[in-house]
Amino acid sequence: MKKWLIVLWLALASFSVLANEASPLAQDPEIEARLKDMSHELRCLVCQNQTLADSDALLAQDLRREIRLQMQEGKSNQEVMDYLVSRYGDFVRYRPPLKSSTVLLWLGPFVLLLAGGVGLFIQLRRRQKMTTEVPLSAEEARKISELLDKES
Amino acid sequence: MKPVFRALIPLAIFLVVAGFLFKGLFLNPKEVPSPLIDKPAPQFDLPRLDDPTKTFSPKDMLGKVWMLNAWASWCSTCRTEHAVLMEIMKMPELNLVGLNYKDTDAEAQTVLSTAGNPYQLVVTDSDGKVGIDYGVVATPETYLIDKAGIIRYKKIGAITREDAYTEIIPMIKELQK
Repeated sequence: MKKWLIVLWLALASFSVLANEASPLAQDPEIEARLKDMSHELRCLVCQNQTLADSDALLAQDLRREIRLQMQEGKSNQEVMDYLVSRYGDFVRYRPPLKSSTVLLWLGPFVLLLAGGVGLFIQLRRRQKMTTEVPLSAEEARKISELLDKES
Repeated sequence: MKPVFRALIPLAIFLVVAGFLFKGLFLNPKEVPSPLIDKPAPQFDLPRLDDPTKTFSPKDMLGKVWMLNAWASWCSTCRTEHAVLMEIMKMPELNLVGLNYKDTDAEAQTVLSTAGNPYQLVVTDSDGKVGIDYGVVATPETYLIDKAGIIRYKKIGAITREDAYTEIIPMIKELQK
């Protein structure tokens, strides 16, 4: 019986050893802070409309681990970002960079806003011209006062 | 401009927008263009599934046109693809290397022994590190690599018979010239 208790105790003790192994690779608070900052800028590629910071998908965990490792190797945020973009493309960035292929994406809304504004301006000017004030003739003035008198 | 035409402008704008959105319905958001096309295949040195004491590196395939197929036993789409791979691998000119992605050796071996093995060899990427290097998002993904070790094509998702016969195999024949 005692022997079995020892076996059991050893088995349980081995779990805590395993649990230690699974703990995060870096305990360095500076790296953790950088990782946290950066993962808000990165897309979780499996769950496409989440950032890496929001996601618990397996790939997101792996990517965080990879970023952590590269930061421990002394890479700057820019270098890590360049690495990820070279592997997954610009899509990995939550905010697409401004370049020739994304100009429409960045400037399109402003162009539309400008076009709408100009259109509205022209339209209003035109209307203003259409409604030039015409003074009432004596006959019309008489009719109006007659109508108003009738009302009261 | 005639007033009739002017009245049709909003309708025209609506139709253009609707047209774009309609096309968007049939796009696959998972198909993200790979920046690795026309770039050298990332190097790695991974243990082989059949004999973990031996390793394989993309350098070993220099001078050959080959495919690297990321797969896993837990991936159901891979099983659909497996049948197609089994069929096309009857062609002697194809070299297919499996990248067993985030899997256990035992489970991977079970798949290969029950469903057949289309791979020339399989390497094990148990922690998915090489997968990240290749920009793997979700298995299956397949890379076609030319004689100089340059990635020429990437397929995201299962290779269908149609992909194989109309796209991949003609491309391999072209690259082998």
